[in-house]
Amino acid sequence: MNTKAYALYQKDFHSEMRTRYAVNSLAMFVIVAISVILFSIGNETITQSLTAGLFWVVIFFSAMSGLSRAFVSEEERGTTLALQLIAAPSTIFSGKLLFNVILVFCMNIVITILYSALFDSFAVKNFALFAVSFFFGNAGLAIASTIIAAIISKAGAKGTLYPVLSFPILLPLILTSVQLTLMSFEGSTFLDAKFELAIIICYDVIMLTASYMLFDFVWKD
Amino acid sequence: MAWKIFLFILLAFVCVAGIAFPIVPVPTRWYEFPFIPGLKENAKIIFFHVPTAWLSVIAFLMSTIYSFKYLRKKNLDDDAKSYAAAQLGIIFCVLATITGAVWAKFAWGSYWSWDPRQTSIFALLLIYGAWFALRSSIESEEKRASLSSVYSIIAFLTVPFFVFIMPRIMKGLHPGSADDTNSGPVIDFKMNGNMELIFFLSLIGFTILYFWMWNIGYKSIIYRDKINKQTRG
Repeated sequence: MNTKAYALYQKDFHSEMRTRYAVNSLAMFVIVAISVILFSIGNETITQSLTAGLFWVVIFFSAMSGLSRAFVSEEERGTTLALQLIAAPSTIFSGKLLFNVILVFCMNIVITILYSALFDSFAVKNFALFAVSFFFGNAGLAIASTIIAAIISKAGAKGTLYPVLSFPILLPLILTSVQLTLMSFEGSTFLDAKFELAIIICYDVIMLTASYMLFDFVWKD
Repeated sequence: MAWKIFLFILLAFVCVAGIAFPIVPVPTRWYEFPFIPGLKENAKIIFFHVPTAWLSVIAFLMSTIYSFKYLRKKNLDDDAKSYAAAQLGIIFCVLATITGAVWAKFAWGSYWSWDPRQTSIFALLLIYGAWFALRSSIESEEKRASLSSVYSIIAFLTVPFFVFIMPRIMKGLHPGSADDTNSGPVIDFKMNGNMELIFFLSLIGFTILYFWMWNIGYKSIIYRDKINKQTRG
């Protein structure tokens, strides 16, 4: 099962590298979003809590722009039936999840680098806390976004429906991640942040389990 | 029939008691409530605000339970029950948000201050809205039922966080938040005996009303679908 899931990921990766549509448009989206924020702020200095919030705003909208491709592209190219025949639903979900996790991590590393370069108030004091919350927050983002992408790939109005459906599901993650990012700016210890870290880890585990159990019902006709 | 009359009398009593019973500093008669420090007259909204918020969560729970049942048995009747519960749930959620905002204006000075509990009732409203938006975008009945059931279950996993965890650990204005010294007037039972009685009667009355409306709602959906199928085929 692991090799099949990895093979699915490789298929998506190679087809992406051939045309690079998604990666290019995602990179441009990130640059445009950050530019809009920079232009709106102008020369004002913004507080650290505002920076933490804006960081996750850009992450959320970039995820909404880029993560639905995993399933929607299959529907558009008409390859869903072939995919249903070659592998069990959980294998397919693993492959798509792996692709989305790697995409989210790459995208967010780029966003973090851009933010730390362009925003003075983005100064991380406790880097270990930032790294841990980054890891778990991105994992949760990828997991929740992938199952919602699977749901909307079977519905109509795919583009506009994706952020509408994802936002309530991602809200606990975003609220807690903004808190954790702010705490890493302020230099809080792991002990101070134990509640928020516990919430994020629980969210990841719960979403992962629920997604695997429910994907069968979404995938099969 | 008798229980409907009983329900009418109960709810009429609750509404009259909730609105008309006076609040006095030292209650002497059975129909007088004492002052709650800081709340004065507007404490009476508790009889209407808490049941609506409570019911919107119960309605969502029921919608999710019938979503589970649909996914197991693929019986479209369960989907109709889930839909009827969600219809009532969104109505009660809107009512809870509005009564909460009105109370916030009197107690805290502004209609909306992104207090954690206000944020969570707003999140519940977004979940309901997204659920209805998903349903309206799918044509096929079985697909619509299974996709909205999956979304309902996923969304329900976030509800305990919003309703029970977040408002209690974050600092906020609402009673029972991290700023408060207790868990709020309901759990710590600091309400006067009279108020408690009216409060629990209100809760019970509204819950029975909800189940009655849900019953009528899902039956009418099932009959309407049956009639549509018959006239078509």
